[in-house]
Amino acid sequence: MPILKVKSLSKSFGGLSAVSAVNLELEAGELVGLIGPNGAGKTTIFNLLTGVYRPTQGEILLDRGKGPVSLVGKKPYTICAEGVARTFQNIRLFRALSVLDNVRIAMHQNVKYGIPGGLFHLGSYKKEEEALEQHAMELLSMLGLAEKSGELAANLSYGEQRHLEIARALATNPSLLLLDEPAAGMNPAETAQLTSFIAQIRRDFGLTILLIEHDMSLVMAICERIYVLDYGTVIAAGTPQEIKNNKRVIEAYLGEDMGNA
Amino acid sequence: MKNRKLLPLLLALLAAYAGVWAMMSTGVINDYSFAVIVTICINIILATSLNLVTGFTGQFSLGHAGFMSIGAYTCAIITKSNPTLPGFFLGVFAGAALAALVGILVGLPTLRLRGDYLAIATLGMSEIIRVIFLNLKITNGAAGLSFLPQFVDWNYLFFFTAATILLLRNFINSSPGRACISVREDEIAAESMGVNTTKYKVAAFSMGAFFAGVAGALYASYFYFIKPDLFNFNKSIDILVIVVLGGMGSLSGSVISAILLQLITAWLASFPEIRMVLYAAMLVAIMLFRPQGLLGSTEVGDLFARRFGRLGTRKSEREV
Amino acid sequence: MEVLLQQLVNGLSLGSIYALVALGYTMVYGIIKLINFAHCDIYMIGAYLGYFCMTSLGLSFFPSLLIAMAGSMVLGVLIEKIAYKPLRNAARISLLITAIGMSLFLEYGTMFFVSPKVRTYPALSGFMTKSFHLGNVLITMQQIVILATTVVLMLALQYIVRYTRSGKAMRAVALDKDAAQLMGIDVDRTISITFAIGSALAGAAGVLVGVYYNTINPLMGATPGLKAFVAAVFGGIGLIPGAMLGGYFIGIVEVLVAGYGNSMYRDAVVFAILILILILKPAGLLGKNVGEKV
Repeated sequence: MPILKVKSLSKSFGGLSAVSAVNLELEAGELVGLIGPNGAGKTTIFNLLTGVYRPTQGEILLDRGKGPVSLVGKKPYTICAEGVARTFQNIRLFRALSVLDNVRIAMHQNVKYGIPGGLFHLGSYKKEEEALEQHAMELLSMLGLAEKSGELAANLSYGEQRHLEIARALATNPSLLLLDEPAAGMNPAETAQLTSFIAQIRRDFGLTILLIEHDMSLVMAICERIYVLDYGTVIAAGTPQEIKNNKRVIEAYLGEDMGNA
Repeated sequence: MKNRKLLPLLLALLAAYAGVWAMMSTGVINDYSFAVIVTICINIILATSLNLVTGFTGQFSLGHAGFMSIGAYTCAIITKSNPTLPGFFLGVFAGAALAALVGILVGLPTLRLRGDYLAIATLGMSEIIRVIFLNLKITNGAAGLSFLPQFVDWNYLFFFTAATILLLRNFINSSPGRACISVREDEIAAESMGVNTTKYKVAAFSMGAFFAGVAGALYASYFYFIKPDLFNFNKSIDILVIVVLGGMGSLSGSVISAILLQLITAWLASFPEIRMVLYAAMLVAIMLFRPQGLLGSTEVGDLFARRFGRLGTRKSEREV
Repeated sequence: MEVLLQQLVNGLSLGSIYALVALGYTMVYGIIKLINFAHCDIYMIGAYLGYFCMTSLGLSFFPSLLIAMAGSMVLGVLIEKIAYKPLRNAARISLLITAIGMSLFLEYGTMFFVSPKVRTYPALSGFMTKSFHLGNVLITMQQIVILATTVVLMLALQYIVRYTRSGKAMRAVALDKDAAQLMGIDVDRTISITFAIGSALAGAAGVLVGVYYNTINPLMGATPGLKAFVAAVFGGIGLIPGAMLGGYFIGIVEVLVAGYGNSMYRDAVVFAILILILILKPAGLLGKNVGEKV
C-alpha cells in the first residue's frame, strides 16, 4: 500500500480547469519529482493535497501504515496533523518572529497544555516549554540554523530562509514532505548543497518527499521517479532516464516545433 | 519572543501599587487625580486586551467598546440588586463572561473575514449592542443607569489591572499565544503548520472581550453612572489609538501609551475649546513621524536586555 | 400603498445623499485601500460652505452648491497630500489611525471656528418651495432637486471614469498601482484626482442634506458617514455602481424601518444588514469573491 494515493484529482476555478484527472502514487520512503512548465498546475496539486483548496473531484488517500485516510475536505491544520507538511514557493515564513519561534509554532500540535495553561503557566507549562525549546534547538542544529535561532526570520539570507522553511515543515513531524521549488533563486553551488541536504533529511527523518522543481540538475540528481504535468494532466511518469527521453515531455517543455526538429 | 523574566515585571507592578498607595495616604493624590488613575487603569485593561486581538493576533477590531458596555451594564444591574462585595465580584465576572460569550458568538461568523471587512463587522456589532442598550427597559434607555453602588478602590483596581497584564503576558509567551501570533504573521502558513487558525482567532477575540468586560464593570462600579453613548464608536477608536500609539504587539507599549495619553488628556482639560483639536493633530503627527508606535512590537524588558548586552533576541524592531 | 410610495420617495432622497457620500468612500478605498474616515467631515464642511454662501454671501442654491463642491474638493486633495501621502507605504492601520485623527481634527476644528451650535439653513425661495401631489403622494421640489443633482453628478462621474484619460488612469491604479506606474501613469496625480472627485461629491451631498433637513452641526457627518460606508460595502467596496446601489438601498431601508417599525432601531437595522452582507457575501452585492493566491 503506497503512503499517498491520488485518484483522478481535479480542480477547476470557475470554468477554468487547473488540474484534471491526476493520478499519483508515492511509496513510503520514495523521493518523487513533480515537474512541468509554468502554469501546469503543480502548486495547485500541493494546495489540494494540503487542504488549501478543496478538490472539485477525486480522492486523496494517505496511509501511514494504519490504513488509508482520506484527506479530501479536511482543513490544512488537520492534514498537517495527519503527517503532511509543506514549504511554499514564495517563502511564507513568520517574518517578524525569531527563527526559534518559527520552529516552535510548527511544533505547537505536540504541546499538551491548552489556553488555560498558557494563561496561568500552571502544571506542565514549564516542563513542556523547556522540552519544546530543546527539541526545537536540536532540530535547528541538525539543519545548521542553531546559531541563528535568535534572529528574525526576515533578517536571514535568502538561502537560509529556504532552509528555515524546510526546518519549519520538519518541525511538524511529517511522514510526507511536500517541497515547492526549494531551489528557486539559488545559484548552482547553493543548489548542489541543497540537493545533498534534501537527501540527508530524507534519510535522517525517514521521509517520503514529493518535490516541485524547475532545476533539472536537482531533479535528475535525487528523484527516483518523476511525474510530468502539462495543462493540468500527467503527461508522463517514470524514472529520470525515461523522462529525459520522453517525446511528449520534450514537446511540452520546448514546444512542438522544436520537439520535432 | 524569548521567555521574559517575570521578576522585573512583578517589581514594577509592586512599585506602582506602593507608589499610588503612599501618595494616597499622604494626600498627594486627591479625588480628581485618583479619577485619572482609575481611567488609566481601565484604559490599560482595554488597550492590552485589544492589543491581544489586533496587535498580536492581527484581527482588526473596531468594536471593543461594545464588549466594554456589556461588562458595564451586567455589573451595574447585578450590583444594583445586590450591592455587596460578593455582588460586585459576581458582577465583574458575570460581565466579563457575558462579553466573552458574545465575543465567541460574534467571532465565529465574522472572524472568517479579513482585515478591513472584520473591522467594519465589529464596528457594526458594537453599534448594534449600543442600540439594544438604548432600547431595553432594564438598561433604562438613553438616560442610562445612575447611582450605582461604588466598590472600586485602589486595591481592587490594582488587582484587576495587574491580573490582566500578567495573564496576557503569560498567554503571549505560551504555545497557544505563539499560535495567535502566527495567525497575524501569515494565516495560510500557520494553518499549514498545524495551527487551527479559526480556533485561535476566536479564542483571542473572546479573551479580548472578556477583559474589555472587566474594564466596563470597573468603570460602572467607580463612576457609578453609565449610558449607551459612553460606549460608542469613538470609545472604540480611543482604545485603538492607545494600542497603535504604544505599538501593535507590545503590551508594555499599551501600558505606557495609556498612561501618557491620559496625562495629556488631563493636561489638555485646561484648554477645553481646543482640547480635541490638539489631540487630533497630535494623533496625525505621531502617525506621520512614528507609524510603528512608541515601542513597535518590542517590550520594555527587551530594550533593557539589549542595552545591558544580555541575550537580546530581537535584532531590530519590526516595522508595523 | 400610498404610505409606502411616500416612504419610497423619502427614501430616494435620503438614499441620494448616502449614495453621493458612499461614492467618495468607495473610490478612495478602491484606489488606496483606505477607509477614509475624514470623508464624512468633508461632507459636513460642504454643508457649512453651502450655508455660508447662502447666508453671508446671499447666493442662491446652485452657485452655493458649486462653491461648496469646489471648496470640498480643495480640502480633500489637501488632506490627502498632507496626511495620507507620506504614509502610502506604511502599514494600513497607521493610515487608518491618521484618517481617524484627520476626522477628529476637522470635526473639532470646525467646532472651534464656527461654535458647536446647530445652524439652520436659510428658508428657500422661488421655485425651490414648490411641491406636487401625485395622487396622495407628496413630492417636494427639494426632493426633485436632490434626485436630479445626484443623477447628474453620477452621470458625470460615470463619464469621467469611463471615457476620460484620468478615469482610465484611476481604474488602472485601482487594479494595480505598481503596474500602472510602470505604464507611465502618474499615480500621485491620479490619487489626487480621485480625492478631488470624491470630496466634491461629498460636498454636494452636504449642501443637499442642509437644504433637505435644514439643520447642520459640526458632528453631523459621523453617523451618515458610517451609513454611507455601510452602503459602499453593501454594494461592493471599490465599485462605483455598487456605491450607488448601496446608497439607495440603505436610504430606503432606513426610511421604511423608521416609518413602519421602531425608528430607534433604524441604525441597528442598517448595521445588521452590514453584518449579514459581510457574512454572506463579503465582497458586496456586485463584488466578486476572490480568494488569496497561495
